[in-house]
Amino acid sequence: MTITLFIPCFVDALFPRAGISVVQILERLGHKVVCPEEIACCGQPAFNSGYWDESRAVAVNVLARLKDAETVVIVSGSCGAMVKKFYPQLFANTPQAELAKQVSARIWEFSDFLVTQLGVTDLGARFPAKVTFHDGCHGLRELGIKKQPRALLAKVRDLQLVEMSEAETCCGFGGTFAAKFPAISTAMGEVKCASAIETGADYIVSNDLSCLMHQQGLLNRQGSKLKTIHLAEVLAQQ
Amino acid sequence: MSTFASQFTKQAQRMTRDLRHRRLIRTALRNYEVVRDQRRAAFQDWPAARQAAAETKWEAINHLDRHLVEFADQLAARGTKVHWASTGTQARDIILGIVREKKARSIIKSKAMTSEEIHLNEALEQAGFEVVESDLGEFIVQLRHEPPYHIVFPAMHLTRGEISELFARELKSAPTNEPEELTMIARRVLRKKYITADIGITGANFAVAETGMISITENEGNARLTAALPKVMISLLGIEKILPRLEDLALFLPMLAVSGTGQPLTCYNTLYGGPRQPGEADGPEEFHVVLLDNRRTELLADAEQRDALHCIRCGACLNVCPIFRNVGGYTYGTTYSGPIGSVITPHLRGLQDWKHLSAASSLCGACTETCPVKIDLHHHLLQNRRNAARQKPSFFERLAHRAFAVIANRPALWSIGKKLGRLAQPLQRLIQGTVLDPARAWTKTRDLPPLAKESFKDWWRKRS
Repeated sequence: MTITLFIPCFVDALFPRAGISVVQILERLGHKVVCPEEIACCGQPAFNSGYWDESRAVAVNVLARLKDAETVVIVSGSCGAMVKKFYPQLFANTPQAELAKQVSARIWEFSDFLVTQLGVTDLGARFPAKVTFHDGCHGLRELGIKKQPRALLAKVRDLQLVEMSEAETCCGFGGTFAAKFPAISTAMGEVKCASAIETGADYIVSNDLSCLMHQQGLLNRQGSKLKTIHLAEVLAQQ
Repeated sequence: MSTFASQFTKQAQRMTRDLRHRRLIRTALRNYEVVRDQRRAAFQDWPAARQAAAETKWEAINHLDRHLVEFADQLAARGTKVHWASTGTQARDIILGIVREKKARSIIKSKAMTSEEIHLNEALEQAGFEVVESDLGEFIVQLRHEPPYHIVFPAMHLTRGEISELFARELKSAPTNEPEELTMIARRVLRKKYITADIGITGANFAVAETGMISITENEGNARLTAALPKVMISLLGIEKILPRLEDLALFLPMLAVSGTGQPLTCYNTLYGGPRQPGEADGPEEFHVVLLDNRRTELLADAEQRDALHCIRCGACLNVCPIFRNVGGYTYGTTYSGPIGSVITPHLRGLQDWKHLSAASSLCGACTETCPVKIDLHHHLLQNRRNAARQKPSFFERLAHRAFAVIANRPALWSIGKKLGRLAQPLQRLIQGTVLDPARAWTKTRDLPPLAKESFKDWWRKRS
């Protein structure tokens, strides 16, 4: 099938390897991948700050570009939740209300798409490391994604998954929250990182790079050897 | 920024640095989580129980007008005096009026967050009456001249050692590290107070409309003594405490216990339906019920957030909230802290003054996930943010979001933005974390990831 890829702004600018890995995986599975260049952001920063008009200014462009896309895959649980769950609210009682619902129904977070829609768990990947998984809150609680990434990791050869005690605890990123309340955000991140370190893992894997950006930023300052990596990059390793 | 907002930020900075406090709260709440999960598992179907509870409260709140009248009529029929207070001031005046009329000297009180909300103790003390809190946790914080730290665990921020020191100082008791002995010290003081008190003041956990009764949940028996020994009993409760039917308690009592403390049921659950009736051996001679609005009806008028009135004040959302766990209860500066406090305080005390609490959330949704009556807590925080920005937008923030929209929607500008960022980043590195650094809020404690030399879109363009 033809899959339209939605690469969120910060993945494009900061973490292109995650996006490239997604393209590789989907192409290996025999699908055609297209990526509309005109989309940069889903509009979540403005939405979460309460500026819904400004958020719509960004989101309306997303809707226009995804109008004819049959299947959209997005490389972030958080941005995925924005389109899937919050667009219908954002566009309620506007001319785009119907389109927002349609796009919401056709968009998938990457790991959810592989497992739920394609029914694929074994991608032939090999990743010799001990890893722990971080559940991004939006993916976990807005989209109900918990088992999907674990089903994928279970099939990766030479990979050992160790759950951390605080797997479902928010790491404190929270978008603009991280900059508006840095002290609280940092304290939350410390709790998360300590829990990950406790497992003795080499990597924190997640399907949300925004959380990982925050965690890696803290880990670097702590001088920790623990690394963060997006799920797609793990799955793309042969 | 409002004074409340800057106080919050300052206090949050202070508390997040207090590692001892963070550890103390985390340990206490981890233990709570373990027992809570065991008790939830004892329910045949916890999600169905939550759904049933949410529907019952929905019915109660959406027909509050009928239920409240039914509740009041039933109480009045058995000789209870029912008072309606629109504001905190009115409620205080009603209670002060009763206390003065009875020429009371000493008042014993059991736990009531509503009384904290209207600052009842201060009002009574200023008027010259002695008020003693009888719940152990409340008794402790009262000795420290502090408000409750948490709506269910008022003294959870204190260790046994600190309580022992406090008792030694204030009550002249011998120091001890035994919880039982500490309880006995408080009990010896309180037993005398029950006997001498002229008036007992309680809150209520539920108000049963069908039978005109209030239901009080507790673990120490102190509310029973507060209600039974003094000649006059006054119960102060918010109008949202309504449950339509007596049988609803069969669900709500265990649900409150499980969510609140991780108990299957609390030790004492008592229904009060009026003053002592002819032929009865005990109970107060006079029973007053004060029903408090205090802007709850404004929340009722907000169809989007009306479900916040479903709250049974179990504290479960505070317990799981990573913000609460790291900043602690006092940082909020509100009667109701944690997620539910952040949702309702802007409605009860003004949106612009209290909007920062809705901003101080990562929107993780742990609160909504745990709430036994399914209040859409974290989405209400989003709505508060939207309402606040609509009512009084920040010039710079709006400008930033507008500018971002222009750049994000135009691939050429987006591409230039990334290039400029790549040029600026080495310069930013030089001043990283200093006051000159525009990204200081981030870089003070965290590294910024480098902008990729080749962005995803660069790669994509090259490839196709």
